Amino acid sequence: MSWTVSEGVIELALHRPPCNELGSVSLEDLERFVTALAVIEAEANALIIYSELKSGFCAGADLRELYQRSQAMDKAEAAKGVRDFLERIHRVLNLIDATPLTTIAAVHGVTFGGGFELALACDLIIADKMARFGFPELRLGLIPGFGGIPRLKRDLGNAVVRDLLLTGRSFNASKGQQIGLVSQVVGEGEALRAARATAAQLKKFDRATAAAAKKFIKPIPQEELRREIDLFCELFARPAVDAGLRKFVESTDPQPYLP
Amino acid sequence: MKTADQTLDEILNLAAAHFRVPREKLSPDDDFFKTLGIDSLQTLDLLTKLEHHFRVELPDYELQGVSDFRTLAGRIQARL
Repeated sequence: MSWTVSEGVIELALHRPPCNELGSVSLEDLERFVTALAVIEAEANALIIYSELKSGFCAGADLRELYQRSQAMDKAEAAKGVRDFLERIHRVLNLIDATPLTTIAAVHGVTFGGGFELALACDLIIADKMARFGFPELRLGLIPGFGGIPRLKRDLGNAVVRDLLLTGRSFNASKGQQIGLVSQVVGEGEALRAARATAAQLKKFDRATAAAAKKFIKPIPQEELRREIDLFCELFARPAVDAGLRKFVESTDPQPYLP
Repeated sequence: MKTADQTLDEILNLAAAHFRVPREKLSPDDDFFKTLGIDSLQTLDLLTKLEHHFRVELPDYELQGVSDFRTLAGRIQARL
């Protein structure tokens, strides 16, 4: 993960193969980024988050690391480790969510689970037509744990949220635009260019006014985010999760991402 | 309304073009994972391409266990 600041635009690039899975290393990178953001946001109007990998924006939590770490610990230690991880990633995503900058997720390819949650923390999602979104967590006996449900609920109708969450089905960028999640759908390989064009437009506006408008329209659902962490931890303690993670990690199924 | 054969033919053409495989190497009953040599992420690409091309939604669970072009065509045909 690396970032640049140029002409009032911060760009955070994800580049951890195979598909920017969010594990302990990525979390540390994100923590370093939000620490830097607190300083560099003063000289910027916009933040763009994008992936440099062809495979996609982000495939979500690093399930292999989660499984391996939980196997190496006793149940109580593993539960504590998961809660600690969630608290830290929530802190990071809440800071990105609440930054006074206008934030843009420029996404392509796989945007699943935690990757989808990272995009949802941003103000705008600009999607390559080949982007694919989904919350497949229920297949593991879990719910999305990085703030996905409260943020989806903030942005979309409850019936849509239920559909995405309870079926675990993935959907394309056009569907994302149809349901009100995606701001712009662009051609293949064009998401970053479109995000930069949008960021250039944002620079024309008074920074303080844009920040005030954002704060007014985009409350952070703090209470629901807290409850999500508790519910995730409660579910994580069940044996079904261990079995679900093992099945995923050991899978030779050509479609392990499918619910 | 497309016929099932037209749908199948369009899938084969689309898969050949997207994954740069000679069209003549693809047959309706081929296991497309093997023939195209694609992994799970590329499978999602194929799914997205098919949805755009046929202007349908294909829930992942309807495709679970589907590995040949003919069955895939049947699933799409049912949504046209």
